[in-house]
Amino acid sequence: MRHDYLISAKQLSRGDIEAVLDRAAEIADDPGAVAHAHDNDLLGLLFFEPSTRTKMSFDTAMKRLGGDTVDMGSVESSSVKKGESLADTVRVIEGYTDAIVLRHPSEGAAKLASEFVDVPVINAGDGAGQHPTQTLLDLYTIRENAGFDDLTIGIMGDLKYGRTVHSLAHALTNFDASQHFISPESLRLPRSVRYDLHEAGAQVREHTDIENVLEALDVLYVTRIQRERFPDENEYRQIAGEYRIDAELLEQAKDDLTVMHPLPRVDEIAPEIDETEYATYFEQAHNGVPVRMALLDSIL
Amino acid sequence: MTDTELRVSKIENGTVIDHIAGGQALNVLAILGIDGSSGEEVSVGMNVPSDRLGRKDIVKVEGRELSQNEVDVLSLIAPAATINIVREFDVVEKHRVSRPESVLGVLSCPNANCITTENEPVESRFDVLDEGVRCAYCDTIIRESLAAHISVA
Repeated sequence: MRHDYLISAKQLSRGDIEAVLDRAAEIADDPGAVAHAHDNDLLGLLFFEPSTRTKMSFDTAMKRLGGDTVDMGSVESSSVKKGESLADTVRVIEGYTDAIVLRHPSEGAAKLASEFVDVPVINAGDGAGQHPTQTLLDLYTIRENAGFDDLTIGIMGDLKYGRTVHSLAHALTNFDASQHFISPESLRLPRSVRYDLHEAGAQVREHTDIENVLEALDVLYVTRIQRERFPDENEYRQIAGEYRIDAELLEQAKDDLTVMHPLPRVDEIAPEIDETEYATYFEQAHNGVPVRMALLDSIL
Repeated sequence: MTDTELRVSKIENGTVIDHIAGGQALNVLAILGIDGSSGEEVSVGMNVPSDRLGRKDIVKVEGRELSQNEVDVLSLIAPAATINIVREFDVVEKHRVSRPESVLGVLSCPNANCITTENEPVESRFDVLDEGVRCAYCDTIIRESLAAHISVA
């Protein structure tokens, strides 16, 4: 990985990933050791879309490293509302901060931003494109709970528009992981991701029914199927119902299955799962802080 | 030159693009940004008989020698095209088009949610794959109907 920016999980080699995860583990064990590691560093938070976990965990991570953040605030209250281009916005912000974290509704936004500034740009989600820092915390969670050796993972839900899915699938090609993709026909992986997986030598195993593969899985990564992806409410409800995880379904799974979700969740994981050994999604969200601390520590 | 080429007029100085797949001549001109507005003399032959292609198109541009970089992008829609540089009615250079690594500003991304479709100061950029092209910003792959995505038309 070029540590001056992180735009796509495609940049990440196994060595890059393991370096960040190892550092994150050290930080998680002894966060006090880095409490002043970046006392004078300032991180710019540019979120053109709503965010809770990603934005707050970057904010927390920077502050726990001794640094601080400046936040553009909502689009409604910024110059973007006046029609300012992204290229202009980031060229202004680079004069204020040591690095930029960018979330934007358009695919390719982080790549474009990185071409206009000299400070590091971290992609915190670009439309239906990539979300590489989510992938780093996902991988951290997988390593902690299931390990990467002979890993069999099922990735389920909205695989077409799910940026966390795209980044995770790319990154997993670095490991000895068997990936299964479970989705309705209309939300299969996009052509570009299938192309990359094929180029990386990974097999793309696709299923429309979770029950066909559930019992083989070590990890089940569930994503939200969004209402707006369907032309009518009935079709959405029917499909969303078919891709819902509950206790009865998980009777077919391995006892040590790790169930993950990038959150926010709506109905796709029944609340009854939350208190079971399967549920790892809140731990996963918490891992965002040490992992982003490790990433910022390596970049700044 | 052959009789077929003569049928669409002989040029004194300039470029003849031959062996264009039948029906693609106007797309070739669009890719090259040639629309006649800057006064070039342009002759176009469409669907003329060809031993090699059955039917082919020919484009002749008087007074302009196209560089290899300019014509390589044509390989995307006219991979069999040959480029003849003409000076004083003689062909002085003849070469084929080769696939470039990327094409800049020629195609527009079909992904309406791609950042290059917004009001940003960037040209589109596509990496050329073995089959098709891929947006360097949003990763969208175009394999079919490349000509439909020409942005300079």
